[in-house]
Amino acid sequence: MPTVAKGDAMRGLAVFISDIRNCKSKEAEQKRINKELANIRSKFKGDKTLDGYSKKKYVCKLLFIFLLGHDIDFGHMEAVNLLSSNKYTEKQIGYLFISVLVNTESELIRLIIQAIKNDLFTRNPVHICLALQCIANIGSKEMAEALAPEIPKLIVSGETLDAVKQSACLCLLRLFRTSPETVPSGEWTQRVGHLLNDQHLGVVTSATSLIHTLAQKTPEDFRQCVQLAISRLSRIVTSSYTDLQDYTYYFVPAPWLSVKLLRLLQVYPPPEDPAMRGRLNECLETILNKAQEPPKSKKVQHSNAKNAVLFEAINLIIHHDTEPTLLVRACNQLGQFLQHRETNLRYLALESMCLLASSEFSHEAVKKHMDTVITALKTERDVSVRQRAVDLLYGMCDKSNAEEIVAEMLSYLETADYSIREEMVLKVAILAEKYPVDYTWYVDTILNLIRIAGDYVSDEVWYRVIQIVINRDDVQGYAAKVVFEALQAPACHENMVKVGGYILGEFGNLIAGDQRSSPMVQFQLLHSKYHLCSAPTRGLLLSTYIKFINLFPEIKGQLQDVLRNNNNLQNADAELQQRAIEYLQLSTVASQDVLATVLEEMPPFPERESSILAKLKKKKPNVSDIEVKEGKKSSNPPTLNNSAANTPEATPASAPVPVMAAAPAPAPVQSASDDLLGLSAGPAAAVPVTNNFAAPAAPAGGGGLLVDVFDTPPAQNNVSTALAPQAEDNFFKFAIKNNGVLFENELLQIGVKAEYKGNLGRLGLFYGNKTSYPFQFFTPTVSCPGELASALNVQTKPLDVNTVEGGAQVQQIINVECIADFLDAPILSIKFSYSGSMQQINLMLPVMLNKFFEPVEMDATTFFNRWKQLNSPGQEEQKIFKATYPINQDNSRTKLLGFGFGLLDGVDPNPDNFVGAGIIKAQSSQVGCLLRLEPNMQAQMYRLTLRTSSNSVTTRLADLLLKLF
Amino acid sequence: MIGGLFIYNHKGEVLISRVYRDDIGRNAVDAFRVNVIHARQQVRSPVTNIARTSFFHIKRSNIWLACVTKQNVNAGLVFEFLNKMVEVMQSYFGKISEDNIKNNFVLIYELLDEILDFGYPQNADTSILKTFITQTGIKAQVTKEEQSQITSQVTGQISWRREGIKYRRNELFLDVLENVNLLMSPQGQVLSAHVAGRIVMKSYLSGMPECKFGINDKLVLDKSGRSDDPSKVSATGKASIAIDDCTFHQCVRLSKFETEHSISFIPPDGEYELMRYRTTKDISLPFRVIPLVREVGRTKMEVKVVIKSNFKPSLLAQKIEVRIPTPLNTSGVQVICMKGKAKYKASENAIVWKLKRMGGMKESQISAEIELLPSDKKKWSRPPISMNFEVPFAPSGLKVRYLKVFEPKLNYSDHDVIKWVRYIGRSGLYETRC
Repeated sequence: MPTVAKGDAMRGLAVFISDIRNCKSKEAEQKRINKELANIRSKFKGDKTLDGYSKKKYVCKLLFIFLLGHDIDFGHMEAVNLLSSNKYTEKQIGYLFISVLVNTESELIRLIIQAIKNDLFTRNPVHICLALQCIANIGSKEMAEALAPEIPKLIVSGETLDAVKQSACLCLLRLFRTSPETVPSGEWTQRVGHLLNDQHLGVVTSATSLIHTLAQKTPEDFRQCVQLAISRLSRIVTSSYTDLQDYTYYFVPAPWLSVKLLRLLQVYPPPEDPAMRGRLNECLETILNKAQEPPKSKKVQHSNAKNAVLFEAINLIIHHDTEPTLLVRACNQLGQFLQHRETNLRYLALESMCLLASSEFSHEAVKKHMDTVITALKTERDVSVRQRAVDLLYGMCDKSNAEEIVAEMLSYLETADYSIREEMVLKVAILAEKYPVDYTWYVDTILNLIRIAGDYVSDEVWYRVIQIVINRDDVQGYAAKVVFEALQAPACHENMVKVGGYILGEFGNLIAGDQRSSPMVQFQLLHSKYHLCSAPTRGLLLSTYIKFINLFPEIKGQLQDVLRNNNNLQNADAELQQRAIEYLQLSTVASQDVLATVLEEMPPFPERESSILAKLKKKKPNVSDIEVKEGKKSSNPPTLNNSAANTPEATPASAPVPVMAAAPAPAPVQSASDDLLGLSAGPAAAVPVTNNFAAPAAPAGGGGLLVDVFDTPPAQNNVSTALAPQAEDNFFKFAIKNNGVLFENELLQIGVKAEYKGNLGRLGLFYGNKTSYPFQFFTPTVSCPGELASALNVQTKPLDVNTVEGGAQVQQIINVECIADFLDAPILSIKFSYSGSMQQINLMLPVMLNKFFEPVEMDATTFFNRWKQLNSPGQEEQKIFKATYPINQDNSRTKLLGFGFGLLDGVDPNPDNFVGAGIIKAQSSQVGCLLRLEPNMQAQMYRLTLRTSSNSVTTRLADLLLKLF
Repeated sequence: MIGGLFIYNHKGEVLISRVYRDDIGRNAVDAFRVNVIHARQQVRSPVTNIARTSFFHIKRSNIWLACVTKQNVNAGLVFEFLNKMVEVMQSYFGKISEDNIKNNFVLIYELLDEILDFGYPQNADTSILKTFITQTGIKAQVTKEEQSQITSQVTGQISWRREGIKYRRNELFLDVLENVNLLMSPQGQVLSAHVAGRIVMKSYLSGMPECKFGINDKLVLDKSGRSDDPSKVSATGKASIAIDDCTFHQCVRLSKFETEHSISFIPPDGEYELMRYRTTKDISLPFRVIPLVREVGRTKMEVKVVIKSNFKPSLLAQKIEVRIPTPLNTSGVQVICMKGKAKYKASENAIVWKLKRMGGMKESQISAEIELLPSDKKKWSRPPISMNFEVPFAPSGLKVRYLKVFEPKLNYSDHDVIKWVRYIGRSGLYETRC
C-alpha cells in the first residue's frame, strides 16, 4: 500500500478537528460547524475547479461532521469525482465517504456503480481492492445486481493477485448473504472449489468462508471440496508451526483456516471413500493428540487458538457420529476440560458433551464423568455453566444412573437459581417418569419435587403423577400413605394439597385401616389446609369430600357440615358455590347405592404422550433436537407410557359408570383438550357438572340419561363401503386442482372437469370405456352419507344412455351447492356389467370444502387485526407435522393458491413463511379463514396455523391441508 | 417540594450539590448529566422527567442549574426560585461563571442553607440576606441589639425593610421595562402579540414611608369614572390599558389591591421589582418588517427586507438588529443596504443587519442575493425574520399616573421627594414570517 505522502497530511482538517474538540459547549460546536459548512459550500460552488487535494480535504471534513451526528446533504458529487482520481489517498477518501454516506436510493448510485466497475477492470490491484471493499461495505441489493456477475471472474482469473482474490471472495460472500439470488452459480463455482488448493493461505481462508456459505445452500455443487478440504486440513495439521510462517498464530498453524475447514466438512456426511476417511480421521486424531501436548506458550491466545480448533474438530466428530474411538477420545478430552481453570472452557466442554451424550457410541464414556459434572453443578459459580451441567446430566441419564442423577438434581434444586428452577423441575419429572426404578420411587420423587420446588411445578407435572397413580393399582396404597405423610408437614405447598386431595379422595380407603390415618384424621388433615388454598384447589377438595362421603359413610355428618357451611354455600366464587350446593344435594338425596355408582373410582386414563415433554420443548426449542435423537434410540427401555398402555383401557363413552365417577372431578374426562387429566378447573367446567347433576333429580333413570349425553353419535362411515383402491390418493390431488383423472383401472377411466363459483359448483364427469366391449347397465349414482346430505346439495343429471360402447366416452354433469361446511365427500358409486359380470366401483367425488373458497387480499395490518380477533379456543388450529413431500417454496405456493387461499406477501417478516386468507362461501354462512404456514428446512417440518370464524371449518381445513404437504 | 439543587459546569461536572430531602439519591446527579447535559439530542424542555424524578433546569452562560424533586411541585415556583437564586448570586459575586462559583462555593452553600429550608423557598431578598451573610466574614463583636434587630427583621412583619434608614436626599427612580413579542404573517397580519412588562424601582427614602402608585389601568379608571375624559384620550392616544394579569412584590398590600385596586406599599430599600404585568390588547408595534423573498431557479435567491418605524418622529430607537435566516445550502451572499451594516454570518446561517439608531416614521431597506448549492434535500423551511431593538416608550401604552410618598413620622412630604420615571421598550421574540 502506498504510504501517505507528506503533502497529504491535510492540515486544514487537523485544525478543524482540534477547533471542534476545543469547543466549550454544544452551541459553540454548532457554530463552528455551520461556518465550516458554509465555507465548504462556497468552495464547492466556486467556478474554478478544485484540485484533488482540496476536494479530498473538504470531503474529509464533511465526513467528520457527519460522524459527529450532523446531517450532510451535499458533497456527494465531489466524493464521486474523487473515485475517478488516480491517487490512492483521494480514491480511498472517496470510497470511504460513499460507503458511509450514500444511501441506496440516491440518484448517484448509477454513477457510483460505473466508477466501481471502472476500478474493477483496471490492472491496478490496489484500486480493485478499494472497489471490492466498497461493494462489500455497502452490500446493497442494487450493488449485488449490478456487480455480482463480475466478481466471480476476478476470483477465478489466473491473473488476479492473491490479495485481490481474498477481497473478491469476501466481497462475494457479503453479496451472497444480502441477496443470494443475485449471485449466479455457474462454472465458476467449480473453480472456486479449487481455491482450496491455492498456494496462498489467505486466499484459502477467505475462499473457505465463501465455499462454506455457498455449500450450505447447494451442497451438491461443492461435493468435490470435501476431498480438497481434507487434504488441506491434513497438510495444516501435520505441519510444524514453523512451516506456515505468517499464518501461525501463537504456535498454532492457521487456526482460523482449520476451524473454517472443519466447519465446511460439517456440511457434508462423512466421506465414503475409505482413504479419505482414514486421512480425515488421522487429522482429527492429530488434533486430539495435540491437545494432549504441553502448551508451547503460556499466553492465553495460544490456548484459545488451540482449543478453538479442538472444539471444532469435536463438533465434526459429533456431526459424523461414526467413529467410536474418536468419540470416546473426544469425550475423554472434554472430561479433562471439565476440571479446567477456565470457566469458558468448562462451559464449552459441558455443551459439547451434551451432544456427545446423545451419540450411542460415546454415551457410556460420557457417563463416566457424572461425578465431575455433579461437582460442577454444586460448585460452579457461573449460573450459565450450572445450567449446562444440568443439561448434560439430563442428557447422560439412562436407566442405570437415573436414581442417582435424579437424587442429585433434587438435592441441587433446593439451592438452585430461580431462573433455571422451572426447567430443572420439568427435567426431573421427565427423568423420573422415563427411567423409573419402580413406581414407589417415582411417586416419592415427584412428591419430593413438589415439596422442594412447589412454585415451579407446573400443572402438567402433578397431573401426570395422578394419572400414573390411577393407572397403576400397585402403587395406589403406597401413594396414599406417602401423600398423607407429606400433608402432615405444617406448611405444605398448594400443589401438594392438590395431589393429596385427589389421591386421598380416590384411595383414602386403602389407608383408612390404620388408626393414625383413620377417615376422620384424613378429613381433618385436608380440611386444615382448605382455608389456605386458592379457589380451584378448594373446588378440588370439595370433590374429595364428596368422594369421602362415599368412601367413609361414618363421617358423612361432618362432611355435610362443611358443605353446608355458609362460607361455601354463599361463596362469591360461582364454581365453589355450585359445587357445595350440588354435592350437598347429592349427598342428601341419593341413596348409598347411587352414591357408590356416581362416585366410583376413576377409570384408568387413556395413554397420551407425556405433555411434560411437550412443555419442555416449548420452553427450550433447541432441546427438541436432542429429544428427537433420543427418542429414536431409546425405544428399548420401558417407560411408564409403554407399561401403562398395557392396562386395559376403558373409554368413557362405552362405560356409563366411569362417566359419573368423572363428574366430581373438576372437568369431565371426555373433554377434548390435551390436558393430561383434563383437570383444569376453570369456569367452563361448571357447565358439564351441572349437566351431570340434572340426573339425581330422577335417580332411577339417571345413569341411562347420562350415557346418552356422552355417547357419540352412531358411526357414519357405514355408508361408504369399501372404496376403490386408488380412490383416496387421487381424491386428495383434487384438493388443489379442478381437472384431472379421478380413477383409472384396466376397464374404466373417469375424468373430472370442475368449476366453482361462490357456493355453487359444476362437475363434469367423463366415463371412458378402455375396453373394446360395451358396458351394460352403466349407472353412476351420487350419494351424500350422513350429515353431509344437509350440508351439500348434489344434483345429478341421469345419463341419457345406460350403455357405454367400447372405446367411447360419456359425460355426466353434476351440480353442487354448498349449504354449510362439511368434511366428508359425496360418494360416487358406479355399477355396470362388463362381459356378463357385475362391476361396482365406489369413489369419493372430489368435492371438498376448500372448493368454495374465494381468495382475499388484505394488507399486513388488516391481517393481523383479523388474526387477533379470531383468538377464542377452537377457532385456531395448529399442527406441527413432518413434511411428506420435499419442502419447496414454489410448490408450496402453487399448492396454497390451488387450495384457494389468497397469498399475502410481505405480511410475515420471514419470506419463507406463507400467509394466506380466504372466505368459504356456503349458502348458510360465509366463513373467513386465515392461514400461516411456516416451513422448517432443517427439520423438514411444517407448522400450520389456521384461524377461522367457525370451529368445525378450522379442523376440516387443517385436515385437508395436512395431506397436501 | 424541591428535593435538591445541583450546579454543573458545561462539561457536566458537578460544582455545587445540595440535597434537601432523603428521596433524592446521589445517582440523580448522574442521571441529569447523562440524560440532559450529555444527551445526544439537545434537550429543549426545561423540565425533564427521569425515572420518576423531575429535573428543572436553567442555563446561565455555560452553567447549568438544576432543581430535583420526586414530588409533584409547582414548576412555576421552582423556576421563580431558580431565577431568584441566580439574581442573589449575581448580587454577591457578579457574573455566573465556573470560576466565580468555584471561588465562592462556601458562600453559595451558606446561601442555599438560608434560602431553602427542607426544600421550601425562604426569604431570598438580597438586601436582607446581605445583612447576615457577608463575604468579609462576620465581625467578632456583633452587639446584642444588632443581633436582635436582625432576628426581628427576618421574622417580623416587614421583613423587607429595616428601621432607621436615613437619607439626606429622598430620591426615587422608576423604570417601566417592557418586552414586546410579535409573530406576523408575510402579509402583515398580526398572528400573535403580547407585551411582558416590569416596573423596577430604586428607592432611597428615609424612615418607613408609605407609597401609593397609580397607572392608567382600565379597571381603576373605569371605576373612578374618569376614562371618558376626552382630554386624556387625545394626549396619549389611548386613555387606559387592559392588563391581563400582574404580580407584585411582597411589599404590596394585596388586600388593598383587591378591594380598592390601589397599589400601596412600604418600599424596600434599594433596587427591587415592584410589579410584573402582561398585556395583549392594543399594542403599538414599534416596527413593521416587510419581507420579499424570491427564488430564482435552484441556485439563486433574492431577498429584500424593508423595516418601517411606527412611532412619534421625535423618538429615537436604538440597537436595531435584523436577522434574516439563510437556507442551509447557501454558498455565497451579496448584501446591499443603505443604512447600517449588514453581514452574512455563516456560523449562524443568517444575514445580520445592524442599525445604531433610527427615528420614528422612517423606513429603511436591505437587499441580498443568495447563491445556493443545488441540493435534492427537502425544501427550505423558511424560518421567520427576527428583530431586536430598544425604544424609549412603553409599547403597551402604560403610563404612570402618580406615585405618592407619605411618611407620617419623619417630616418630609411628597413634594420633597425627587422622582425619576423612565420608559424602555425592548424586543422580545419579534418575528415576521417570510
